[in-house]
Order: sequence, then C-alpha cells, then structure tokens
Amino acid sequence: MKLTGAQALIKSLEREGVEVLFGLPGGAILPVYDPIIDSSIRHILVRHEQGAGHAAEGYAQVTGRPGVAMVTSGPGATNIVTALADAYMDSVPIVVITGQVATTSIGTDAFQEVDTTGITASVTKHNWLITDANDISRIVAEAFHVATTGRPGPVLIDFPKDVANATIDYEEPGELELPGYRVASAPDERSVAAAVELIAAAERPVLYVGGGVIKADAAKELAHFVGLTGIPVTTTLMARGAYPDAEALHLGMPGMHGAFAAVTAIQRCDLLISFGARFDDRVTGRVEDFAKGAKVIHVDIDRAEIGKVRRPEVGIVADCRLAISALNEQIAKNSAAQSRDRIATWVERCLDWKQRFPFTYEGAGTAAPGDIGRIKPQFVVEELRRLTPPETILVAGVGQHQMWAAQHWGFVDPRSWVNSGGLGTMGFAVPAAIGAKVGCPSKMVWAVDGDGCFQMTAQELVTASSERIPVKIAILNNAYLGMVRQWQHMFYEQRYSEVYLSPDLPDYVKWAEAMGCVGLRVTDPKDVAAAIEQANAVNDRPVVVDFRTDSMEHVFPMVPAGASNDEILVHPSQADQPR
Amino acid sequence: MTNLTAQTRHHLVTARVENKAGVLLRVAGLFSRRGYNIISLAVAPTDDPAFSRISIVVDVESNLLQQVIDQLDKLINVVAITELDPEEATQAELLLATLARSVEHDADLGVLIQSAGASIVEMTDQATTIQLVAEPTVLDDFEEKLRSYGISELQRTGAVALPRLVQL
Repeated sequence: MKLTGAQALIKSLEREGVEVLFGLPGGAILPVYDPIIDSSIRHILVRHEQGAGHAAEGYAQVTGRPGVAMVTSGPGATNIVTALADAYMDSVPIVVITGQVATTSIGTDAFQEVDTTGITASVTKHNWLITDANDISRIVAEAFHVATTGRPGPVLIDFPKDVANATIDYEEPGELELPGYRVASAPDERSVAAAVELIAAAERPVLYVGGGVIKADAAKELAHFVGLTGIPVTTTLMARGAYPDAEALHLGMPGMHGAFAAVTAIQRCDLLISFGARFDDRVTGRVEDFAKGAKVIHVDIDRAEIGKVRRPEVGIVADCRLAISALNEQIAKNSAAQSRDRIATWVERCLDWKQRFPFTYEGAGTAAPGDIGRIKPQFVVEELRRLTPPETILVAGVGQHQMWAAQHWGFVDPRSWVNSGGLGTMGFAVPAAIGAKVGCPSKMVWAVDGDGCFQMTAQELVTASSERIPVKIAILNNAYLGMVRQWQHMFYEQRYSEVYLSPDLPDYVKWAEAMGCVGLRVTDPKDVAAAIEQANAVNDRPVVVDFRTDSMEHVFPMVPAGASNDEILVHPSQADQPR
Repeated sequence: MTNLTAQTRHHLVTARVENKAGVLLRVAGLFSRRGYNIISLAVAPTDDPAFSRISIVVDVESNLLQQVIDQLDKLINVVAITELDPEEATQAELLLATLARSVEHDADLGVLIQSAGASIVEMTDQATTIQLVAEPTVLDDFEEKLRSYGISELQRTGAVALPRLVQL
C-alpha cells in the first residue's frame, strides 16, 4: 500500500489503538495534520503545547493507556519539554510526536529548528529521530512499547517534514529493534523467600507504598497483602488511592507534609517494606536519619532504584503486581509472617498516633466552620469530597493546595488522583484535568488548583470549552504563591519576597466566563457547599469556582527541608501531644 | 594519578552499544546529569558495524559504581555493560607526545624511548613525536618521565579493554 510518511504515522497511531491526540499544528508538522482529517483519532486542539503534554499525562494516569501529544518543531517542541520532564519524573507513559525541519535542513539553523532529540534526551525514557519513512511503523511500535512496558515513561518521536512527505510502501511493523531493552517482570524466588523471612521476624513493620503499585495495577494484591499480614500502610503522594484512606490500617501519606502517624511509623519501624517507591527526598527527609533502625525490603521494576538512595536488605527487581502476588503466596503458607501477636503492640502504637495526630485546621470538624469567617482551604477540599461521587477524579497543581488535596480528600480508588509529584510543575492541573476527563468521560473530574498555578495554564480552559470537556476547577485563591510564602514565613523571618498575587487581579470569574466557562465566586464559608453543588450540576461546559481562602493558612505537618523526619512540625493545636 | 585513592575510585566500564546517532550524547549526558566524572572515554565500532564499544574510565566511589552501571544499562541503546576488573582485563591506551627537542641530540631521551618500548613517529632538528601503546598506568609513569624533556603536545586516547583470556 502506497502511503505518505504522514499517512503512515497516523495509520501507525491508529494501529496502536490511539483514540485521542492532544496537539497544536505548525509548519514542520503540517503534513501530518492533513491525514488527521480522515482519521478515526480525535484531535484536541490545545492553546499551548505544554497543555498538550500535561493533558496526555492526565489521560494516561487515569486510563493506564499511553497519552499522545503532537506538536510542531522548534518552539512547539521546547514548549512541551516541561511536560516530558514531568512525565519522566512521575513515570507516566506518554508518546510525544514533534515535527522537525527536513532532514536536508537539519543542522543549518533552519526556521523553527531545534535539536529536539538532544534537548529531550535527559527527560525521556528514549527518543527517536526518524530519517527514513520506511522506519515509521517500526519506530512507532517501538515507542509505544518502550513507553508502556517496564518502568513507564515519556518517549518522543522527532518527525522531519521530508519524511512526512515521502511516499513509501507501507508495511506493518515487523520485529522491534531494541536489542538493549530488557524489562523485568517476575521476581526472583530467593529474594521473595528472603523478604518473607524478614516479614516473619519483624516486630515493627510498615509498608511504604509508591506510585509503582498504581502503575502495575497492584491495588488488589496490596489489599490482600495487608489482609494477610495486618501490617500498617502508608501511601506516598504518587500512590494516593492505591489503598483506601478509610481503611483502619492506613496511616496516610508519608513525607514532608505527610501524616504524623505515617512519618513516625516509618521512622520507628524495624522493617520498611517498599513497593514501587523511590525513596524521594520529600519522603526521606535527611537520608541518614530516615528509618534509621529499619531493615528494608525494596520492590521496584527499575533495578537502578534499588540502592540508589538506601541500600535494602532485600531488593526485588520486578513488576509490583507479580512481586506482591509472589509474596502473598509465600506468606499464605507461613504462619509466622501472618502472626498478629508479634506486631500487635506496634500496630496499636501506630493507630494511636493516627488517632491523636489527624490532619487538622482551625474549625475542623465543626458543623459551621464559617464561624471563623474565613474559608479554610482544607474545608473546601473536604466539602468537595463530601459532595462528589466516590469515583470522582481529583487533579491538583503544585503547592499548598496540592498538599491539602492529598491530605483531606478521602481516596477510594487507584487512578483517581492526578498530580505532579516529582517535578512539581505549577500549572499542571488545568490541562491534566482535561486529559483525565477525556480519558474517563463518565467520571466527574475536579481540579483543585492554586491561584498561582491557575494563571500559568488557564488558557487550556478555552480548549475545554470549545471541545465540550466539562472539567471543574476549584481555585483555592489565597492571593499568594502560598507554599513559597509559607517557607518565607517559617524560614525567612516572614520576609515575604515576591509572593503576593492579589485575590481579584485577575478577576477569575470574568476570566472563566471569557473562556466559555461558568464562573462562580465564594467568599463565605457558608456558601461553599452550594457552590460545589451548583458546579456539579453543570455538564455542558467547564466550571471555575474562585474560593477566596485564608491566606494565612499553613500546611501541617511539615518536615523542614533537609531536616530529619523526627523533627516533624505538627499543627499548633497538636503541639502538646506526647509523641 | 597513580596514587592509591585514585586507583580505587577509577573504574573501567565497557559497554556494547547500538551504533546509532546520538548514542554518545546519551551516555555523556547521563554522566553529566547524574554528576559522575569521566576520566577517559573511547568509542569505536566493533567487528559488527551495527554495534560500537564504549570504554569509560569513571571516577566514582566503589559503592556508587553499581548505580552508574544500572543507570547506563537503562539507556535503550546500551546493549550490554560490564565493569572490567583491572586484574581480569587486558587494557591498552595509546599516547602520542611531541617533545621540543631532537632525540638525536639527547642520548638520555633515546634510552628512555627505547627502554619504554615507545617508538619514534616523526622527527625534525627541533622536535620529536613519539608514541607508546601500553596499560594506562604504564603511560602515566612514562608521561611523568617525559616531562623533564619538555612536552610541547600530548594526546592520549583513553583506555580500551577486553576481558582477559581464561586459560582452560
């Protein structure tokens, strides 16, 4: 079959099962936009290429399928670098296709030419520059394979204009040419046995569950593991939803703004069992003081994560689902590993911490937190949770609002939480929410965003309006770059340098309306619930709710950067509690 | 260069990589991004033109070496990677040096060249270019001795290596 390179590319994407492309055309990618008209693939026209990348990430995180973005060369490519870096940090499978100047022009500083593969080499799992149109179908197949297998991650295909315009005899991809790519899958039996031995002997074990459990679709296996062993659970920022928050043994999120019980249990455990987590500095605090007395079992599909930060007693390089299954199988035959007696005192202690140090704020839990006059941001998150269906997808940007969302939303299911963890990309929420809604159109999608974040990528709401993607955005508008302000408050003698944003410049309601959304504003705590319900009722367009929240609110607990997790600062109202 | 600490920090890593555009960038970029120090790097195609061999002498603490290897191994174009224990590897490196004097007028230099097994590549009345192929540590010593003769140019290739043959 004779096809142009552009047609071969689109055909290859169709062959991979791609249903949606997030993109923005331009000169070098122009030939590829022509066959899109005839394709079954839905194209969503973003307003900025970064938005295409984050939308692809949101899509991938909620569906488990790769998100695909397509942009042009030069600035199109550089604009999507942030999203690639974000996806790389959080192991999100996205496939980005960038236009490129003709191969004959590469290296001549042609119009809109940049060294895309060079620029993105360090923020992609792999990238390809296609120089021969006959390679298109094979390279597309390789790209999807690499993005979605092993430790998932972003890949990029750089697609020169003359390759797009070439005519070829299209052939289905044959064998992939990836001689250097090996994927770990099943765990090594001896390591599993060694891990079970440690579990059977531990008196103070705790689980440290990371995003790998969600990526591996291992939530069921994890629940079974906890059922078998009775070991308390912590879920990292990337793993919220991997284990239901409502479960008694769930101590919450560890880390810099984690739950006191989760942080402290990890510090004092004698066995730390890590499933698909990477000992990130936001979790460990000062590494030398992290879980000092503990032995470590580390399960990760990426061999390079084993021992990168902390040398484990037992390292298991495997897919989390297979590894946890294998552990469960052995534990089921090992009564010592299932014994509740040995760990009873410890579990009781953990649950006592959990009970005495919940996430809290002034007025928390009262029927009328409105009595204090200001809207507490945490209260908005709790009301959102209360008033939305259990399967609602929550998306967040980066900063205080993200932490409050992670803390106060009661997570039920995996893949119901989308946020920028490793890279900390402000502006992530709006485009990621769009991608999530496109991926799961039947679920309600709320983004909790900060006013600083919202201003970075709000233009994608134009995309959402025109494409009829009814996402809902709750801006926790505290008129500040709040997390930076909090650090300046705590560590820079309250010298607030360049963090004030103003609550009403821009006017978020007018801005929302100008972008085709419903815009609402809430200034009184008593009106929070009604506004959420009003937003929930809108199904034909996006909604933006401008919640004017308390600027003075800080995120607690907090482990100061570089400090030991033992130095965790709790909410002032809990400061007198014995630890 | 030959002191003990330097030796324990220097590790010879050899990688079989796909012979494709951009592979060197990926390898070099990985070292730069993760803060690993390259002492030398040599790359050339193998007998199979689809693959190249990269020999890298890397300066890291021994306990970091596994991390360097694991990270390199993740590169899609890296097919195989091993650390070669100096005891179990044949290493060689080439040194070219131009000295600002003629060996004809300097008997000592002639003796040094001969005793080291180096050869004269080019010679004029004012200068001599010599070459020596040897293990890197031998080259270190030789380079040191050459200094007193006034080195005007010097270029080393970096070590290349293969596993030592096992006697059956």
